[in-house]
Amino acid sequence: MIRVENLHKSFNGFQVLRGVSFEVVKGEILALIGQSGFGKSVLLKHVAGLMQPDSGRVVVDGQDMCCLSNKDLVRLRNRFGFLFQGGALFDSMTVFDNVAFPLREKTILGEDIIRRKVLSELEQVGLIGSERKYPAEISGGMIKRTALARALVTDPEIMLFDEPTTGLDPITVKTIVSLIAACHQRLTFTGIVVTHKIPAIFAIVDKVAMLHEGTIVIAGTPQDILASDEPIVRQFVHVHESSQEPGCQT
Amino acid sequence: MVTHILGTSVKNKNNEFRQTLTGFLGYYVAERIRSIGAAAIYGVVRLGRMGLFLLKAVFYAFTPPLKFARLVKQVWFIGFQSTLVILLTGAFTGMVLGLQGFYTLTRFGSEAFLGPMVALALIRELGPVISALMVTGRAGSAITAEIGIMRISEQIDALELMGLNPYRYLIVPNLLAGIVALPLLTAIFNVVGIFGGYLVGVKLLGVGSGTYLGEMANYVDMSDIAGGIYKSISFGVLITWVCCYKGFYTGFGAEGVSRATTQAVVLSSVLVLVWDYFMTSALF
Ligand SMILES: Nc1ncnc2c1ncn2[C@@H]1O[C@H](COP(=O)(O)OP(=O)(O)OP(=O)(O)O)[C@@H](O)[C@H]1O
Ligand SMILES: [Mg+2]
Repeated sequence: MIRVENLHKSFNGFQVLRGVSFEVVKGEILALIGQSGFGKSVLLKHVAGLMQPDSGRVVVDGQDMCCLSNKDLVRLRNRFGFLFQGGALFDSMTVFDNVAFPLREKTILGEDIIRRKVLSELEQVGLIGSERKYPAEISGGMIKRTALARALVTDPEIMLFDEPTTGLDPITVKTIVSLIAACHQRLTFTGIVVTHKIPAIFAIVDKVAMLHEGTIVIAGTPQDILASDEPIVRQFVHVHESSQEPGCQT
Repeated sequence: MVTHILGTSVKNKNNEFRQTLTGFLGYYVAERIRSIGAAAIYGVVRLGRMGLFLLKAVFYAFTPPLKFARLVKQVWFIGFQSTLVILLTGAFTGMVLGLQGFYTLTRFGSEAFLGPMVALALIRELGPVISALMVTGRAGSAITAEIGIMRISEQIDALELMGLNPYRYLIVPNLLAGIVALPLLTAIFNVVGIFGGYLVGVKLLGVGSGTYLGEMANYVDMSDIAGGIYKSISFGVLITWVCCYKGFYTGFGAEGVSRATTQAVVLSSVLVLVWDYFMTSALF
């Protein structure tokens, strides 16, 4: 469904991606792990067609992202849901309007149906009671959850999550992870999740890929990753495992 | 690309001659030329991008769907919210014109023409230009900052990812609102200015009330008024174009947005005055 081939990208001579290749089969979720600043967000933006690669290809559902006409690109994007790392909520709109926005603009649903859909989505992320607030008035974690609700409200076929759980408390992390799992059950979307919450997310994903110094150093099932002997992978996975122990939560 | 290749070949040559003075001078000169060329290409690219930006905005302005609610909001913001500033600046501009005009005209014994002088100066020149400058300062900077912040907080990317066209949502409403609001603001400016001149000339300095208004009616043509309206419409396009463009292609972070805002205000103000000269020479 999503195939990335030999992707290269540099910013002002600084190479971020140096030949990234991976594939996500339809209906599967891939967890993308890797150190901060190694280009996970950049990679995700390439998949969504927000950035153009220097070389290499991104193929989504058999269509090469580089050469789509405007119309085809819009049609493809209508099937996308994207959770930005910073939320990217419209700050001139309330939480409710933010979540309702894609429905109002992209569908012909009536206002009462939209209202019901939005409220049920907000309930799932635990934001009932805050729907009249503006993004500037809610916490970082709430912004993230609103953004998640906005990404999921259109029932997308392809979901790209950029760190859906970072900056949330352990209980909310659990609800978010099970929410993603439940949505996956219901919609069977194809997804990529950028994450640091290794044990929590590993339980719901089919594949894991690790981005290190511009390439995918290892890709496989969660079990493969946990059993890997590669020093970098071991280091990464184990640091994260220990950070999940009680009392060490940051 | 061209400059890049040129640059590397110059650098390679430089390695051979690094020790000698002539080599160094040659390198220095070539490096200067290279940087001038690079700046020229950069400038042309920027200019092209800016032109393309306007073309796209105009294209989307004339193809449905139009985001009517956003258009109304922007007319309210650019237009209605600027009225107080326009009233104040208009009144004082007219008053000072009345004062200066009176002293100049009395030297020639022709203070009877104070009315047409004030009216023509306002309608043809000062009304459109000062309104445009005030709108740039009040609304233009806010437009740049708003769009710039939407850019750096990825809200524009989010729009695009929903399959929605950021031009339709952000640029077109501003462009059309500028076209609607500026002529109206200019008209208010002119009317208030003419009454400001009346206040000073007639009430304070004793020009006859009938003379002031009667001569005005004799000497102001419809073509003067039309010219002023054309000017203000073109300023509306110019300001919203520059301010939206600067916000849309802002740099990174708060600093990038603040720089974009400054540039937007300076560039629109300068362009308004430059464009005003060409409009005047073409129109009248
Ligand atoms: N628009 C841009 N212009 C220039 N450089 C950029 C741009 N976007 C990203 N970068 C650079 O690309 C690198 C990767 O950034 P990215 O945001 O993808 O990291 P990340 O892996 O998502 O990190 P984190 O886990 O902290 O979110 C960074 O070094 C950053 O400086
Ligand atoms: Mg990131």
